[in-house]
Amino acid sequence: MTAAVDLPTPTLSGRPPARSGGARAMVLRNVMIYRHTWPLLAAEVFEPVLYLVSFGIGIGALVGHVPGTAGTGEGAVRYPQFVAPALLATAAMNGAMNETTFNMFGKLRTDRTYESILTTPMTVWDVALGETCWALLRGALVTAGFLLVVLALGLVGSAWALLVLPSALLIGFAFASLGLLVVTLLRNWQDFQLIQLVMLPMFLFATTFYPLGVYPRPVQLLVECLPLYQSIELLRQPFLGQVGPALLVPAAYLLVFGTASLAVALRRLETTLRG
Amino acid sequence: MPPQPLVTARRLRKVYGKPGAREFTAVDGIDFEVRRGEAFGLLGANGAGKSSTMRMIACVSPVSGGDLTILGRDAATDGPAIRARLGVVPQDDTVDTELTVRENLLIYGRYFGLSKVEVRRRAAELLEFARLTEKADESVGALSGGMRRRLTIARALVNSPDIVLLDEPTTGLDPQARHLLWERLFQLKREGVTLLLTTHYMDEAEQLCDRLVVMDSGRIVAEGAPAELISRYTTREVVELRLTDGDRATYGDELRSLVARFEDLADRLLLYTDDGEDVLSRAHATGARPITALVRRSTLEDVFLTLTGRSLVD
Ligand SMILES: Nc1ncnc2c1ncn2[C@@H]1O[C@H](COP(=O)(O)OP(=O)(O)OP(=O)(O)O)[C@@H](O)[C@H]1O
Ligand SMILES: [Mg+2]
Repeated sequence: MTAAVDLPTPTLSGRPPARSGGARAMVLRNVMIYRHTWPLLAAEVFEPVLYLVSFGIGIGALVGHVPGTAGTGEGAVRYPQFVAPALLATAAMNGAMNETTFNMFGKLRTDRTYESILTTPMTVWDVALGETCWALLRGALVTAGFLLVVLALGLVGSAWALLVLPSALLIGFAFASLGLLVVTLLRNWQDFQLIQLVMLPMFLFATTFYPLGVYPRPVQLLVECLPLYQSIELLRQPFLGQVGPALLVPAAYLLVFGTASLAVALRRLETTLRG
Repeated sequence: MPPQPLVTARRLRKVYGKPGAREFTAVDGIDFEVRRGEAFGLLGANGAGKSSTMRMIACVSPVSGGDLTILGRDAATDGPAIRARLGVVPQDDTVDTELTVRENLLIYGRYFGLSKVEVRRRAAELLEFARLTEKADESVGALSGGMRRRLTIARALVNSPDIVLLDEPTTGLDPQARHLLWERLFQLKREGVTLLLTTHYMDEAEQLCDRLVVMDSGRIVAEGAPAELISRYTTREVVELRLTDGDRATYGDELRSLVARFEDLADRLLLYTDDGEDVLSRAHATGARPITALVRRSTLEDVFLTLTGRSLVD
C-alpha cells in the first residue's frame, strides 16, 4: 500500500459539519410519491362528502334545527351546519392518522424504506418529524378540499369558518403523532382491526351527529376526554361563528396530546429502527 | 508518520438480544484496520458476522463493545457526520419501491442535504455509470435483480463518498452482471474511493481485495493479502478427485497417505501438494479409477477450508 503514504488522510475534522436533508427531505419524498397518486387524496375528500349528504342533508330534512343550540327560529343551527364541522375534524383526523399508521407500517415493516434512509445522515428524529409534518399537511389538504365542498353547498355562515384551516393543522398534528405512536405498537396487519375498533365508536359518539347534551353527565365527562371530541369543538365553534377564549381549551388539549404522543413515539421508534 | 487508517476496530463486539438468556454474540472482539484507497474484504460463511460488522461500520447498528473509529471519529457518538461520508450497499436491496429509478437517486441525494441542481446532475451521471439511463423513468418494480443491485450501488455513490461499504455486492447476479459490477468497482478504486466489501465468492475476493480478513463465528481467523494467505495456509496446488463410493472406501486411506494434507468432502477428495502432476500419477498408481481428476492452483477457498474445516458456500 505505498500509494496511500503520500495522500493526505481524510478525516472529518476539517470538513463543514455534516449536512442532512432533515425533515424537509422526508416531506419531499412524500410529495414525489403523491405526484403519481394524488387521486387517493381526492378519494379521501369524497368519504366525508358522502356522510354529509346522507346524514347531514338526508337526516337533516327530518331534524330541521338542532335542539339545544340557539333555540328554534332564525338564529338556530340547521342540522347539516352542525354535522359539517364534525366531519371536517374527522377528515383532518383520518387524513393524518392513515398516513402515519397504514402508510408508515408498510414502510417500517415490509418495504424497509426507513432502513435505507437511516444509512444517510438522516436521524430517526428527522424521519419521525418529516412523516408527522407530511401527515398533518395531508390532513389539512383533505380538510381544505372538503371545506370547498361545504362552501359550495352553502353551509358556511360565518367568515370565522376560515379558522378551520389552522385548526385542521393542529388536529392533524395530534393524530399524526398518535398514529406514529400506534404504528410502533402494531405487530401485523391484523392489528389494524383493533384500531378500527377504537376509531369507529369514537367517530360515532364524539358529538359528530348530535350535541353533548344528549348524554347523562357521567357519559359527557367520558366523551369530553376523547381527542376527536376536542377536535370537533375546535372546529364547530368558529364554524358556527362562536369565537372566544373557550377555544383555547381544545387547542391546548390537542397540543399537549400531540406533543406527548410524539415524545413517546420517538423513543419507541429509536429502539425499533436502531437495532 | 504512517497515515491514519480510515477505519480502526479494536475488540469490536456485537451482541444481539436482551442481556442474559437470549443474548447472542455475533461479533466477538475483532481487530482490523482499513487503509485509504484499498479494497478490504470480509470473508466468511453464513452467520460469520460479516453483515453485523458492516452495519456497525455504517453506523446503523450500535456497537456493543470495543472501539470503532471511522474517518477519525467515534462511531458511537458521531453517526450522522460519519454517514455523510459513507456509501452503503446493504446485503438486501432496499430501493424505494414507491419511486421511479431516477427519483430514487434524486431523493437519496436530498437525504444528504444536496441541492436540487446538484442531485439532478449526480443522478444523470450515476444513471450512466450504472447503465440504467434507459430505465430512468420506470418504476423500480420493473427492474431485474441485477439492475436493482446496480441502482443500489449507484444510490450509495450519490454523495461522492470516501468509503463505500458493499455487503455481498454480487450475490444472485449472473456472471455477466458480476463482471460489469467488478469493472465498476475497479473504476471507483482508481478514483481513490476506499472499498470495504463482504463476499462468499473466493474468485471475487481474489480479484477485488487488496487485503482481507477471514471471519468464523464472530472472530477473525486470518488476515492478509489473498496471495499471502494462500502461500501461508495452503500448498501451491490441489488435486481434486471424484471417486465411486466403492473406490472411496477401498483406496481412501492409501490416497490420504500420499500427501501431508487431505480433505474429505461430501462429493470429492482434495489432496494438497506442491507438485500436482506427481501426486496425480501416484494416485492412479494405487489402482483407484477416479470419475474425474484435476490439478488446479490453490485458492482462497482452500485457505478457508484449512482454517475452518468447512467449505465456504454451503
Ligand atoms: N438483528 C439480529 N438479531 C439477532 N440475531 C442476529 C441479528 N442479525 C444477525 N443475527 C445473528 O448474528 C449472526 C451473524 O449474522 P450476520 O448477518 O452478521 O452474518 P453474515 O456473516 O452476514 O452471514 P451471511 O453470509 O448469511 O449474510 C447470525 O447467527 C445471525 O443469526
Ligand atoms: Mg450477511
